[in-house]
Amino acid sequence: MTRSDVLVDADWVEAHLGDPGVVLVEVDEDTSAYDKGHIANAVKIDWKKDLQDPVRRDFVDRHGFEELLSARGISNDDLVILYGGNNNWFAAYAYWYFRLYGHANVKLLDGGRKKWELDSRDLVTEVPERARTSYKAQQQDTSLRAFRDEVVAAIGQRNLVDVRSPDEFSGKLLAPAHLPQEQAQRAGHIPTAKNVPWSKAANDDGTFKSDDDLRKLYADEAGLEFGKDTIAYCRIGERSAHTWFVLHELLGQANVKNYDGSWTEYGSLVGVPIELGAGR
Amino acid sequence: MTENSSGEAIIEGTVTAGAAPARVGYARLLNDDGEFVAEVPLGEDGGFRFFAAPGNWTVRVLAPGGARAEETVTADRGHTTTLAVSVAAPAG
Repeated sequence: MTRSDVLVDADWVEAHLGDPGVVLVEVDEDTSAYDKGHIANAVKIDWKKDLQDPVRRDFVDRHGFEELLSARGISNDDLVILYGGNNNWFAAYAYWYFRLYGHANVKLLDGGRKKWELDSRDLVTEVPERARTSYKAQQQDTSLRAFRDEVVAAIGQRNLVDVRSPDEFSGKLLAPAHLPQEQAQRAGHIPTAKNVPWSKAANDDGTFKSDDDLRKLYADEAGLEFGKDTIAYCRIGERSAHTWFVLHELLGQANVKNYDGSWTEYGSLVGVPIELGAGR
Repeated sequence: MTENSSGEAIIEGTVTAGAAPARVGYARLLNDDGEFVAEVPLGEDGGFRFFAAPGNWTVRVLAPGGARAEETVTADRGHTTTLAVSVAAPAG
């Protein structure tokens, strides 16, 4: 797999944003960002309203995903290019989500919205009209998704990588510092987890570092055992989707799962072990 | 530092590019090991806000045209630290 199988750059997007068969999709944490301005021809997916079940803590079901993509005018043959703010946190989350439901023809715009803005490229407010399609999704591919009991059983057995900031990992903070400090009942991390903050995989402008730098970061510096199964987590599973993308899509590690329950689930479970401090 | 009633350790401020608010740009929060902790896009008024923990932090601002600025601050629970940051205005 080469990097261009999963990533495109801004020049490519500018050259192809009018192509039939290519759909740009913006996914942000701040769901109003798209309304203020987006890349021409991009449609919006709201990671909360569109991708989450409104009652249960879980994703929309297969039919729900089909309905969403059909309404957005995305067809099974389309190449979907995802981008967004927060260095592509939610775009990477959407990428993983699209792959979960079997849409293989998907790529990320390297650098996301931030790099596009810092390069002073054009943003527009026109919302494109796309004809409705009849999208068909696969059953969820749970080889990509980890659940609670499997994560507890993975302690001491598989690589666990906690991609939150060092202060969340140690228990000093409960949430990223751009959010009020709340959420899980307890602070800390899953015992044996290695802390590799997601941000170390990206440059200041939001683009991913080179494969060599990434391999060095995860295998050499952090001590992740390449070849062993890996579960990545953060607070709600969106930053860890960014790291899932790095390990599974860029570095080609075979068995990598994203634990979307993440710390908001684990840190509130009764009876599970928790570790505080900087880790070993 | 001023007191706030939220109990949070808040670091906030505004960024200007030349004489005007910087409406396009990002503020990053780094801990005292220089590790990235959080990032927010600047508001319409060039504003940003972080909810940190007590201690020393660095705010790094990124803006178009390669503009950069950095400030180190101390945060405390129940207090707000306010910064005024300026970056070079984009050319042209």
